[in-house]
Amino acid sequence: MSRLPTGGQIDRTRKISFRFDGQYYKGHPGDTLASALLANGVRLMGRSFKYHRPRGVLTAGSEEPNALVELRTGGRQEPNTRATTVELFDGLQAHSQNAWPSLKFDALAINDRLSNFLTAGFYYKTFMWPAAFWEKLYEPIIRRAAGLGSITTKPDPDLYDKGFLHCDLLVIGAGPAGLAAALTAGRAGARVIVADEDFRMGGRLNAETFTLGAQSGADWTAQVVAELASLPNVRLLSRTTIFGAFDHGVYGAVERVSDHLLTPAPDKPRQILWRIYSKRALLCAGALERPIAFANNDRPGIMTASALRAYVNRWAASPAETVAVFTNNDDGHRTASDLLAAGVKVAAVIDTREDAPALQGAEVLAGAQVTDTAGRLGLKSVTVRLANGKSRKLDVGALGVAGGWNPNVALTCHQRGRPVWNNAIAAFVPGAELPQGMAVAGAAQGHFSTHAALHGGADSARRILADIGISAAAPDLPQAEDAPVNITPFWHVGGTKRAWLDFQNDVTVKDVKLAHQENFRSVEHLKRYTTLGMATDQGKTSNMGGLAVMAELTGKSIEATGTTIFRPPYTPVSMGALAGRSTGRDFKPTRLTPSHKWATEQGAVFVEVGMWLRAQWFPRAGEKTWRESVDREVLATRASVGVCDVTTLGKIDVQGRDAAAFLNRIYCNGFAKLAVGRVRYGLMLREDGIAMDDGTAARLAEDHFVVTTTTANAVPVYRHMEFARQCLWPDMDVQLISTTEAWAQFAVAGPNARKLLQKIVDPEFDISNDAFPFMACGEITVCGGLRARLFRISFSGELAYEIAVPTRYGDALIRRLMQAGEEFDVTPYGTEALGVMRIEKGHAAGNELNGQTTARDLGMGRMVSDKKDSIGAVLSRREGLNQPDGLRLVGFKPKNPKARVLAGAHLLEIGADMTAANDLGYVTSACYSPCLKSFIAIGFLKAGDERMGDVLRAASPLTGDDTEVEIVSAHFIDPEGERLRA
Amino acid sequence: MIINHPLLGPCDAQEFTYKGDARLIDRPDGMADGADAAFYNYAYLRDNPAGQHRELWFHEQGDRSWLVVTRNTVTHEITQVELARDVARKSGRSA
Repeated sequence: MSRLPTGGQIDRTRKISFRFDGQYYKGHPGDTLASALLANGVRLMGRSFKYHRPRGVLTAGSEEPNALVELRTGGRQEPNTRATTVELFDGLQAHSQNAWPSLKFDALAINDRLSNFLTAGFYYKTFMWPAAFWEKLYEPIIRRAAGLGSITTKPDPDLYDKGFLHCDLLVIGAGPAGLAAALTAGRAGARVIVADEDFRMGGRLNAETFTLGAQSGADWTAQVVAELASLPNVRLLSRTTIFGAFDHGVYGAVERVSDHLLTPAPDKPRQILWRIYSKRALLCAGALERPIAFANNDRPGIMTASALRAYVNRWAASPAETVAVFTNNDDGHRTASDLLAAGVKVAAVIDTREDAPALQGAEVLAGAQVTDTAGRLGLKSVTVRLANGKSRKLDVGALGVAGGWNPNVALTCHQRGRPVWNNAIAAFVPGAELPQGMAVAGAAQGHFSTHAALHGGADSARRILADIGISAAAPDLPQAEDAPVNITPFWHVGGTKRAWLDFQNDVTVKDVKLAHQENFRSVEHLKRYTTLGMATDQGKTSNMGGLAVMAELTGKSIEATGTTIFRPPYTPVSMGALAGRSTGRDFKPTRLTPSHKWATEQGAVFVEVGMWLRAQWFPRAGEKTWRESVDREVLATRASVGVCDVTTLGKIDVQGRDAAAFLNRIYCNGFAKLAVGRVRYGLMLREDGIAMDDGTAARLAEDHFVVTTTTANAVPVYRHMEFARQCLWPDMDVQLISTTEAWAQFAVAGPNARKLLQKIVDPEFDISNDAFPFMACGEITVCGGLRARLFRISFSGELAYEIAVPTRYGDALIRRLMQAGEEFDVTPYGTEALGVMRIEKGHAAGNELNGQTTARDLGMGRMVSDKKDSIGAVLSRREGLNQPDGLRLVGFKPKNPKARVLAGAHLLEIGADMTAANDLGYVTSACYSPCLKSFIAIGFLKAGDERMGDVLRAASPLTGDDTEVEIVSAHFIDPEGERLRA
Repeated sequence: MIINHPLLGPCDAQEFTYKGDARLIDRPDGMADGADAAFYNYAYLRDNPAGQHRELWFHEQGDRSWLVVTRNTVTHEITQVELARDVARKSGRSA
């Protein structure tokens, strides 16, 4: 059938064109994809997950398990989109999924014939042997056959955003209860957010024919929404799903800003992920109608009775000319009445109740049940077993199934709340333990009449607001229907044919019986064994039926059987919305060093170091490999002078009368007696005695130190020092501030370092070796008055300084250094050359301070003072960390200088098998040393200090490298330290 | 979660970094007799209650205060938030 001649909340004056499986159709603004397809006579919309059964819509909302389509094309292709929630737009393209070669003829429908083998638990029982076949053969085949939609591999071209909202009252759902609550709170001046997943507010009022006072439901809704929109303290969020209730009144929401458009407007996001901070929330999420299971109840054209009535009332679309209704309660009769009123023929109302009421205009078959259906690609007839035991066939193209309504309790359970059974409506209602600040009103609370929803919403809003000190007046509410619930629970029709409970996962009554037979009886086991209630719909229409069947089998009540746990998200949330703007280059912030622009001009190659981008090396014309550039930078630095940006190292300013005493407790070595104007190397331990970080502390004044940390640990070390300051020694007079970003710092290293610096340091500062020896520091000025800090420290082993200027002068300083250094052929060097030089010098770095090593392992055991209490000192002395055969930092030189040694290689005696039992230690850092013309490495070796001169294997089963190495001192270059004191 | 900072008012827990049991404030004296046993307890032995827990949170994206938050680990209900420095002083720690 097609569009009914009148009615519906669609704009008949405008037509919009869309495509489904390549075929063009027309619809109207106000349609969903599902309503437009039904209006075009299309009932078949998809194939089922496992058996590839032809399927149509089951519902008219976000609970839809069947009508899943791939929406859009290219980078915007979106699988598993519910046709029932897709707002129709001009140019929409959708494809059915899980069908090949076509929706009408699907080759894998053979699965349906094989259903005896594909029962519950078939994953676990079949394909068990041989084990290796599972991953390579069975699973890929099953995945391809039993699937939902496919994702695009193209990048998503759209923008997604995140935002934060605050309110006194969050109203979830804009049906009669939600609108009455919002009106009450909005008029009282409270800050209100109303969120509704639909594009048209009103909830079921849009799909019903009854009146509110003298108005239609739609008109009343329009009037209330208009008033709410006029209130500055009310924010209306339609197309917005509250998908999770989180701690302390925080709610997650997705607003589909542009999903109803072909492409988002320029610079507008596709979706926004809102984090809503609410003082109070009122859940008015309504109720979801549940189906009844009977043989072949999954044919296109069979849907919930409320969906059938919604398609007719809201969208003026009837799936067939003649329909029937199968019900166990009075609400099914309402569907039949509405359909009759709209001119649809109702063949009969099949009511399971012996005492079913009569209905004007249609035959009621009391005490009857639907026992089977026919019509492969769309319903053609239903077979009914009458109360007298006789059978009757009804030729109908659609069947509305009314099994009763389930309050939509999902969000009430996100904080471990469990729903409780209510016999009067034969459904679960919210339990007493609700998420903090949440109340429930209307059908979500089990109050199904419109009258009860309106008053429940308004009264709850007043009560909630009074809690937070806002008094609200009761609004005038219109007269509305107040029909009682009359239901005799009925879950499934007996029989041997398959009767579907979960349409999305193809779980039938038989599967639940099998699970029971095989002792998977608790609801959580039932879910995992049969997959009941899994996948994109999370069992919104199926869980109740499944656990009712299980309750029947176990002889327990439904209440005692219980429900599975509801978890966020309520409906699927796209990865794009969760990622927001954190994609690609913006996945995390990028920190640039002060010399970045200059380094870019030099053609530097950059490397990510945490969030920083650092120059890795500076290639020159003619250099073919990175090694050529790095070797040149190292040799040039050691021969004359090199410059490297070391701004990324953490800098912590420590001030106060107790600054020295404080650092004395933070570092394992002594700091109390460090003279002003001097720098000292410091090693920090964790309280368990393991090395945490190293660096230097420079004493600029009695009460002023500058501490440096490694780049990686800048943040954790600062946090650790604040912990010590606030929690351990709260009365020490000491203040900390991170100044990493405040100072641009450059290492100037090499025999000509002093000569270069003397050209830019202002003449009143004497930096000669006598006046400014190794480990001196001072506040100076450069370039004619620019304040700077100079530290004579060396990571390279050369005569070296680090010079710091306020960050905004960093770019100018590097340019000045390069200019002043021309006469010395000054060479900029990157992190690779920095690493080579520190390995040549045998300095420990992050690879050595790896969270497993101690001061003793690092060869600094004697630095740990036992004359004071410092963090980690006590536990560093325990026996387990001081074994005679403990690891020691040593150097390695391959017997063949051209043989590479790799970090990560393990050390073994020559001839020993490569087993963990024979493991003697491991290589932590390795490089080619252009100075020694050999590969070199440092690492940890058991009792390494006693093994100088021995030869071992450095082997890596991962790379196949296996190199003979000689154990040497880790200090390959200038072990006496003459160069750095020069 | 929302942590009601004693100086700044309600703040999202995202602004904080978690450390653990607030007993970490009670660091033993490293120079006292029996320090090894005391530090072994301090570094390794902690309760892991399902229920009320006093724990340390650092307002890293905020004012850099360390806080002692009394939180129910089952329900996430937060019943008390104090400056860790005040807690440390109350328990006798000074300089």
